[in-house]
Amino acid sequence: MTTELTVTRGRGAEPRPPRRDDNDDIGSGKSWRYKLTRLDVKFSPYLYIAPFFVLFAVVGLFPLLYTAYISLFDWELGGDEQPFVGIDNYTELLADSQFWNAMVNTLSIFAMSTLPQIVTAVLLAVLLNTALRGRTGWRMGVLLPYVASLVALTIIFGDLFGVQYGIINDLIEMVGLDRIDWQAERWWSHVAIASMVNWRWTGYNALIVLAAMQAIPRDIYEAAWVDGASKVRQFFSITLPMLRPTLIFVVVTSTIGGLQIFTEPLLFSPSAGVNGGATNQYQTVVLYMYSSGFRSFDLGYASAMAWVLFVVIIAIAGINFMLTRKLASSGEA
Amino acid sequence: MRYRRAGLAKVLACTAVLAAAATACGSGESGTSADGKVELTVATFNQFGYEELFKEYEAANPNVKITERKTGQASPHHQNLFTKLGAGSGLADIEAVEEGFLSQVMAKSGQFENLKEIGPKDVREDRWLQWKTDAVTTKDGKLIGYGTDIGPLAMCYRKDLFEAAGLPSDPEGVKPLFATWDSYFEAGDRYVAATGGKAWFDSAAQIFNPMHNQASVGYFDRDDKLVIETNDDKKIFEQVAGAVARKQSAKLAAWSPEWETGFKQSAFATKTCPSWMLGVIEGNAGPEHKGKWAVTAAFPGGGGNWGGSYLTVPKQGKNKAEAVKLAAWLTAPEQQIKAFKAKGTFPSQTEALISPELLNQTNEYFGGEKVGMLFSEQANKVAAAQYKGPKDGEIQDNVVSPALLAVEQGTSVGDAWKTVVEGAQKAAK
Repeated sequence: MTTELTVTRGRGAEPRPPRRDDNDDIGSGKSWRYKLTRLDVKFSPYLYIAPFFVLFAVVGLFPLLYTAYISLFDWELGGDEQPFVGIDNYTELLADSQFWNAMVNTLSIFAMSTLPQIVTAVLLAVLLNTALRGRTGWRMGVLLPYVASLVALTIIFGDLFGVQYGIINDLIEMVGLDRIDWQAERWWSHVAIASMVNWRWTGYNALIVLAAMQAIPRDIYEAAWVDGASKVRQFFSITLPMLRPTLIFVVVTSTIGGLQIFTEPLLFSPSAGVNGGATNQYQTVVLYMYSSGFRSFDLGYASAMAWVLFVVIIAIAGINFMLTRKLASSGEA
Repeated sequence: MRYRRAGLAKVLACTAVLAAAATACGSGESGTSADGKVELTVATFNQFGYEELFKEYEAANPNVKITERKTGQASPHHQNLFTKLGAGSGLADIEAVEEGFLSQVMAKSGQFENLKEIGPKDVREDRWLQWKTDAVTTKDGKLIGYGTDIGPLAMCYRKDLFEAAGLPSDPEGVKPLFATWDSYFEAGDRYVAATGGKAWFDSAAQIFNPMHNQASVGYFDRDDKLVIETNDDKKIFEQVAGAVARKQSAKLAAWSPEWETGFKQSAFATKTCPSWMLGVIEGNAGPEHKGKWAVTAAFPGGGGNWGGSYLTVPKQGKNKAEAVKLAAWLTAPEQQIKAFKAKGTFPSQTEALISPELLNQTNEYFGGEKVGMLFSEQANKVAAAQYKGPKDGEIQDNVVSPALLAVEQGTSVGDAWKTVVEGAQKAAK
């Protein structure tokens, strides 16, 4: 509806190239100016969007390609020479147990964060979509964790999950269970880190889903209501399928973000730093990449890792895209 | 049509500016300002206490203008240093280097000026403590840095906890406990037994590092060959791990929030204590523990050093002749005493170490102890600089310390040592 409106409006309408017969009265002396106008109309739009693409080429595309180039060398930062080694970095990487350990950690933290996060976000959006008192307040409230500084958040969570003096362990002990070593035990450390990710992103995703939910026409619900569909049936047969494009967006962005987790594991224990725990139990791929590149200064190896991670992210984002499309299409979730 | 053309021009200009802004990064340091003054940049981190000294130098040398580039923490400062060494430009005229990163800098010593060659001839090597200068001298005898401050090690301990456990508690009486590492761990056993299992020290890595540094051979021999399997490290590692098994460690990794809380909770009774640690203890333990912490002029196995920095002059600088003059002036005993008074950085110059201003410094939090004299004495106990290979810092921080943490978290000593050897070999490769 809205698109039709803008087209009929005078201002903002697309400039139409002047037709030749419009200019019949203009003499041949003005054809230079006419040509300029034509060029202007043809190329100006590209120039208007050029700044983005020029910037992207400089700070996005170039580093991407240069990283691929570096990954073929034994490139030590500040080293005297950088010999060409072909795909040696890649073969070494695929045989590196620490890399696979980091990959498993990343996928584990990613699974623990993305899945519950999106389910919670959709449910939260359903709740926020009901007639609550002070709706705006609630809606803004879920965004607060996202606004807060990530570093401050991580430090606070690190404190909460403290092994000896953390509140969460105190609570667990109060209930009568054993204290958990959130640092030392691999899966528990993943739970702790995933909870930071969830805390930060759930509200943000809920708002995006909520916006999409509000765009679903009410009359579809009314028709379903008349046909006697229950609220649950309405949710699965109307809401979810209509949310499909938004869910795909949310899943793909969370995949990209989730596989690049860095700050949370880095700051989870300030003393562990780039190691991600004493035995690398929560070292993610990006953390290992950073450690190789900027702790060991082995830029070639780190670049190879960056490319492998890039491919993995594209693959997983693709799988998620298909899964989401399937899940949210037929109405049979 | 006129307005349209203006629009087009604007877009073009805009694109050009953006492109220029994105590509032209950090070039064009002329070295001299418009009024013909020599511009010197000095890159430091944390607190060097140089602000007033710069003003003083500028007043005495009207042709020099000094800009300080200060980074909050040591880590990003050195990362910047290594990145720009790699890039070949962008460094300050004088770059500060911290002891923990020195081995990496020494591995790239070719990119720094030999200060023996270009420095003022009146700067003699005996200006500094022998070990301080030795650590920054390359194998072929080049001196690439002037020493600024140091962190001589002493022992800090909890007087009240010692008393309660029936151990001697006055600074003279505890000295025999801290004579050797054997006596230290033995006292630890007595403490753990008397207190029903309270910890003796904060974490294993904090004990291993000074023990390792006291050994005659470090991770690498002088030919940069990894010798971790044949030097004393295995013995030291097992000794520390043994103490962990006997419940002497509070298992609080240094600089973690839990470690900071540990000071308040009286989680451990002793702390290996470089001069700058006094402030850290005071901050973490809080006013309620005032007078309970004490420090004594003893350190197991002799002496040691943790921390301290150097000023270097990278070869890529524009005003190396002027830079080295400033670096020499800043690291002279008179100036370092002023920096000590301003920010408490403990001087590395022999003359500064006997200055009355330093010797008379006391610390109220530590029961009015004459800490200036105490740490001056400790600084002279440091035997010799251990040779550090290029990957020394990385092995220490990323291989050995995590392995000791793993031991504290339940990994067996044998497995942990295996990961140390493998990790060190990987790092040294």
